[in-house]
Amino acid sequence: MSSPNGGGFWMPPQASTVAAEVDSLFDFILYLNYFFFALITVLAIYFAMKYRRRRADQEAAGQLDHSMKLEWTWTVIPSLFLFVLFVWGFRLFLDMSTPPADALEVRVIAKKWDWRFEYANGAKTYGELIVPEKQAVKLVMASEDVLHSFFVPDFRVKQDVVPGRYTTLWFEALAPGTHQVFCTEYCGTKHSGMLATVTVLPPDEFKKRYDSGFEDPNAPKDPVAAGQQLFTQRGCMACHSVDGTKGVGPTLKGIWDAEEKMADGSSVKVDDNYIRESLMDPNAKLVAGFGPVMPSFKGQLDDQQVNDLIAFIKSLK
Amino acid sequence: MSASNSDTHAHAHGGNYFEAARGLKSWLITLDHKRIGVMYLFWVIAAFLFGGLLALGVRLELWAPGETIMSADTYNRFFTLHGLVMVFLFIIPGIPAALGNFVLPLQLGAKDVAFPRLNLLSFYIYVVGTCMALYSTIAGGVDTGWTFYTPYSATTGGSVVMMTLSAFILGFSSILTGLNFIVTVHKMRAPGMSWYRMPLLIWALYATSIIQVMATPVLGITLLLLAMERALGIGIFDPALGGDPVLFQHFFWFYSHPAVYIMILPGMGVVSELIATFSRKRIFGYRSIAFSSLAIAIISFLVWGHHMFVSGQSVYAGMIFSFLTFLVAIPSAIKVFNWTATLYQGSISMQTPMIWAFSFLILFTIGGLTGLFLGTLGTDVHLHDTYFVVAHFHYVMMGGTVMAFFGGVHYWWPKIFGRMYNEALAKISAVLVFVGFNVTFFTQFVLGTRGMPRRYYNYLPEFETLHKVSTMGVLIIGLGVTIMVLYLAKSLLSGEKAVANPWGAKTLEWTHAASPPVLHNFDETPVVEEPPYHYPAPGEESRPTKVPA
Repeated sequence: MSSPNGGGFWMPPQASTVAAEVDSLFDFILYLNYFFFALITVLAIYFAMKYRRRRADQEAAGQLDHSMKLEWTWTVIPSLFLFVLFVWGFRLFLDMSTPPADALEVRVIAKKWDWRFEYANGAKTYGELIVPEKQAVKLVMASEDVLHSFFVPDFRVKQDVVPGRYTTLWFEALAPGTHQVFCTEYCGTKHSGMLATVTVLPPDEFKKRYDSGFEDPNAPKDPVAAGQQLFTQRGCMACHSVDGTKGVGPTLKGIWDAEEKMADGSSVKVDDNYIRESLMDPNAKLVAGFGPVMPSFKGQLDDQQVNDLIAFIKSLK
Repeated sequence: MSASNSDTHAHAHGGNYFEAARGLKSWLITLDHKRIGVMYLFWVIAAFLFGGLLALGVRLELWAPGETIMSADTYNRFFTLHGLVMVFLFIIPGIPAALGNFVLPLQLGAKDVAFPRLNLLSFYIYVVGTCMALYSTIAGGVDTGWTFYTPYSATTGGSVVMMTLSAFILGFSSILTGLNFIVTVHKMRAPGMSWYRMPLLIWALYATSIIQVMATPVLGITLLLLAMERALGIGIFDPALGGDPVLFQHFFWFYSHPAVYIMILPGMGVVSELIATFSRKRIFGYRSIAFSSLAIAIISFLVWGHHMFVSGQSVYAGMIFSFLTFLVAIPSAIKVFNWTATLYQGSISMQTPMIWAFSFLILFTIGGLTGLFLGTLGTDVHLHDTYFVVAHFHYVMMGGTVMAFFGGVHYWWPKIFGRMYNEALAKISAVLVFVGFNVTFFTQFVLGTRGMPRRYYNYLPEFETLHKVSTMGVLIIGLGVTIMVLYLAKSLLSGEKAVANPWGAKTLEWTHAASPPVLHNFDETPVVEEPPYHYPAPGEESRPTKVPA
């Protein structure tokens, strides 16, 4: 059951240089599994049928209770297989842990619950890692809050992202396409929503996009639409609904111009300055009933983007 | 129970252990290992049913993507509590404290454990720990996962401190039981019961006890440090306070990997008993099985890092832990081969406990073999923290330990309660659980290799079919367990009286004690004159046993 790009019944498509090797090792272990499972199951069921007790007082037909030859056989042969697995697995793991010297470096910053990618030329992308095909890419990853883990099934790579230290991961994509990224270290309410994609581009197209700082040529010009796009890309919707349902943070529906009750008992009118302050210093004025969990966006949003977000929030009647 | 047995044969020595004393108080202050075992048994079965309901909630939520029956935060509390209840309240005390307490002194030919008061104390500590765990679920809940990984667990809301203290308290119960068993095995064996004449369950419980005594304190220290960090802001694991989150993982798994063997070794012991008895065979490779239990207990302390291959620990640490992990696979494999070889030329009877033993043999084999994908570094990277891991450890913990636990419950039920159960219903229940288990968890292997991460409230549409199949499997398990609860309840109320040795077993609890046993287990101290499971070879006379009238 294999598909053109590798993969099959068990594994997803093979989209990186290490995937085929991982899958060969996987298949080898799978066949070992099939063989030993069949051996044990068939023998056990065969014995159970052949030697079933036919009379209530029937004793066993024999009392064989040891055989050095047999015991050595089933100790040594599996041990040899295990040693092969160990060596093969470790060599592959070394390759997977050692990025080539010419790898393109991208910084990854994880926080509850989104992914940010920063390139050497200062360009940043959110929720989408854009890389060239047939070029090794090294991710240098950090977390702003708790543990996360960067997992791309199609690439067969995974690495925890740990606050307080850098971890690295590398891959080389085989062909243009898009691939799913999951967070695989439990990180709270929206753990399962902490997704991203890897977009693999042909080298010339990548260079063009990279040089333009990954500006989206189709980016909306209308401030409300631009604000909405930011709202999605930056993961705001993970906590703030736009339809009135209560999330980790307050809903933004109908919030503009409203009087909000604060945790300290005061009340604040939601205007341009309050929204700006809430983005840059979220814990300065907390809405009653919500915890101090929102990260600051200081230095991550320029004035134009703040204006777009305000325009979008205004539109949520 | 005592009421239903009160009118039966009044024994010359004061009747069985139910009849020896009456009333609630006689249970609450009992020092009888059998009564303590029975009380444990009811608690752990209640914990199993509670943990099972939580699992049902988790699976129903995963019936479809998005919100199905509960919010994300509720879901996170459900799977956390499911893990905590199943690990700390059910599996760890399940076989040792419930069945082990009842069976261990009987199999050794002893009147009781070495320290009966300590035994009662560990039961009450367990009760207190359970109550604290339940309280913390009401008072805010815990959403950290049963692993309490920092810094999430140091920063999230809810009653994490209470829950960690509960696990801390439960640890003492585990340590005291282990200590008690070690001393009992060393000092309380009947005349003639040399080490190599001990049943294999005893070897397994002995190995388990060593791990309990040596590893549990590390968990206690770790959880205490976590509670201090949360309550007092002392920076140990939280990088925001200058701590190291990976250090927590090392501490946690230094206990929790050996704990995996606290969970599985007793199951292996039970299965050794069942396979020998229902094949009427001397167990194949007695010494290999006995020493592989000890080997597992020792090596299990050196493999914790295989939970952390992608955590950021060094590549060479990964190499060493991978190697040691394969080393611990060998004694487990040896046991499986020995059990299979024991069946050869046996007189095999597929009564209910043996069906559970076969379930164990098949499912544990799958659980063990799929562990190879995870011990191998190159393939673990892809599979780590996916449903593949969830499926793997359920095949070991549920397919292994839980099957063995139920096999043991059905095997010793007549001895414990003096009653038989409905054999036909029992077989149906065992088969339903086996089928439902595979439907539930085999699909999860496929989900995992295809990339489905664990602890996900929501999932991509391509995973929906497999999730639906998995949820349906849980319903089949639920049906099987419900039937079991019903016929076991009926057995307690009106089951047929059991004879002393309904299975034709060879260990002392069957050959020298009544069903149920008398207060001090034996009318006279047994004298052991042959190895365990010494079924007669063809043409040999069976040694007469001293089954009480």
